[in-house]
Amino acid sequence: MSTPAIRLSGLRKTFGPVEAVAGIDLEITDGEFFSMLGPSGSGKTTVLRMIAGFDRPTAGTVALGGRDVTRLPAYERDVNTVFQDYALFPHLSVIENVEYGLKVRKVPRRERRARAEQALEAVQLAGFGGRKPSAMSGGQRQRVALARALVNRPKVLLLDEPLGALDLKLREQMQVELKQIQRDVGITFVFVTHDQDEALTMSDRVAVFDAGRIAQVGTPEAVYEQPATPFVAGFVGTSNLLTGAAARSLTGRDGTFSVRPEKITIGAEGAPGTVSEVIYAGPVTRFVVDLDAGARMVVVEQNRRTGKAQRGERVQLTWQQEHVIEIGGNRAA
Amino acid sequence: MDDDQGIGRRRWQLAALLSAPLLWLGVAYLGALAVLFLSAFWTVNGFTGEVVREFSLQNFRTIVTEEVYRNVTLRSLGVAVAVTLICVALALPMAYYMAKVASPRARHWLVIAILTPLWASYLVKAYAWRVLLANDGPLDSVVGTPGYGLIAVIIVLTYLWLPYMILPIYAGLERLPDSLLEASADLGGRAGQTFRGVVLPILVPSIFAGSIFTFSLSLGDYITVQIVGGKTQMIGNLVYANVGAANNLPFAAAIATIPVIIMVVYLTAVRRSGALEEL
Repeated sequence: MSTPAIRLSGLRKTFGPVEAVAGIDLEITDGEFFSMLGPSGSGKTTVLRMIAGFDRPTAGTVALGGRDVTRLPAYERDVNTVFQDYALFPHLSVIENVEYGLKVRKVPRRERRARAEQALEAVQLAGFGGRKPSAMSGGQRQRVALARALVNRPKVLLLDEPLGALDLKLREQMQVELKQIQRDVGITFVFVTHDQDEALTMSDRVAVFDAGRIAQVGTPEAVYEQPATPFVAGFVGTSNLLTGAAARSLTGRDGTFSVRPEKITIGAEGAPGTVSEVIYAGPVTRFVVDLDAGARMVVVEQNRRTGKAQRGERVQLTWQQEHVIEIGGNRAA
Repeated sequence: MDDDQGIGRRRWQLAALLSAPLLWLGVAYLGALAVLFLSAFWTVNGFTGEVVREFSLQNFRTIVTEEVYRNVTLRSLGVAVAVTLICVALALPMAYYMAKVASPRARHWLVIAILTPLWASYLVKAYAWRVLLANDGPLDSVVGTPGYGLIAVIIVLTYLWLPYMILPIYAGLERLPDSLLEASADLGGRAGQTFRGVVLPILVPSIFAGSIFTFSLSLGDYITVQIVGGKTQMIGNLVYANVGAANNLPFAAAIATIPVIIMVVYLTAVRRSGALEEL
């Protein structure tokens, strides 16, 4: 068994009375595209900063490639970071920014210039080296920050919500490019985001953070299809939670269950209810249906047919038994 | 037609609004400088002591040819440069601590601590230092005193103008995002490399902005020199002596143009660094 690129054991971090990270154990495999997903304040960025060496853990250890680096300062760790605000040096040109890490490590001038130009080429910014960061667009700065980190050939690349400041089109384009770059260079990417679409589309595995702890780790499919907690079910995608009496009458069992909106069909049979909201969203339409059994369900239907249900209309919902996911440990069935 | 009248009226309102400050700038400020410069070309009748209002280069000839004036000018320049450099050296770590290390609470108190001495009278502070630096004074009994002289002048001027250097550097550091320091460390830069490669270059305009104060205030000072300077003379003392004891106003004006010229040269030089936008 190979050593994991990153191993976090019992990691905790408190800021005064606030516990930002409340005990995390995690192994990230070498060459993996790993995402840390969670709402703001869930501790994901703090974990990233402890891996980078910007924050010291209150307790626990950080190991990189099997070596305990908990006490090492940032400049002695073989990781590089792409910052949320890019953190490009404003007084240096683009190529000087990219060269910075090599210069600090005393790589000879000609070699570092060649490597920096190569890195700029890899992010499709060949010929932009002479510009100042202030003369670049947000998307271009993002690529410079990526080149500046990758040129050092780190074992691990940390990305702190790097796409947050970009508009939707550019973000989707960068998602594809990042994934491609990661495959090309083959290094471990640790990607922090609060955007579940981003985490699901790009990652090999996802850790969902909730209040300083990891609620679930798994492949995007596992996290989406088998959420471990109600929080994961609610945060990753939209989910219809069935609890209490509604759960009993709709599934015949006690417990907490989840049904994804796209797994539900509006048809001529099934659980009766009233459409309380119809939201048209281009390729799909979302219906909010109040079931007579007491649950409120969101249903997503592709807009393939005309004549869909109207607000206030009586409808019936069906779903397959296999799409009913029981959440939590105790399996009643 | 209506529009033209509207614009015309607005122009008049603008002119009326600006007239008072423009008058002040033109007459009181530039006018005084012009009179100073003009009178520098006049002379004083040696017998009657009356000002002779005839154009003459005699004052400037004296300043350029007589060694004492060159020495005093160089000494004043040296003091101004030394005070500025020491202020930079002291202000950088202090401002860094205030902006990046201290807690927000402590930061407020430190800013207050920096600003408070500026409310105290210049004379009181200078005389306090005279007491401190005296032979057998408090400083002498602890670490020894350099006594009154050039060193004392540099110490006291550094003390007096240090806040004017700390504040712009502090402001510059506050604007410097922490992520830039982290990015440098992330790329392998130790504290020293981060300071030389990132902090210092970004702070250059702030340092120049502070230096405009420390340099010009030191260059023209004569009161501190009188109080703790012993026999030391600077440009300001020569001006003072010629206005008072020698009663040679034109020559005083000629000497006073020296620091003005030095400052114009200095400001032109630092303008390129963007320091003037930092004021």
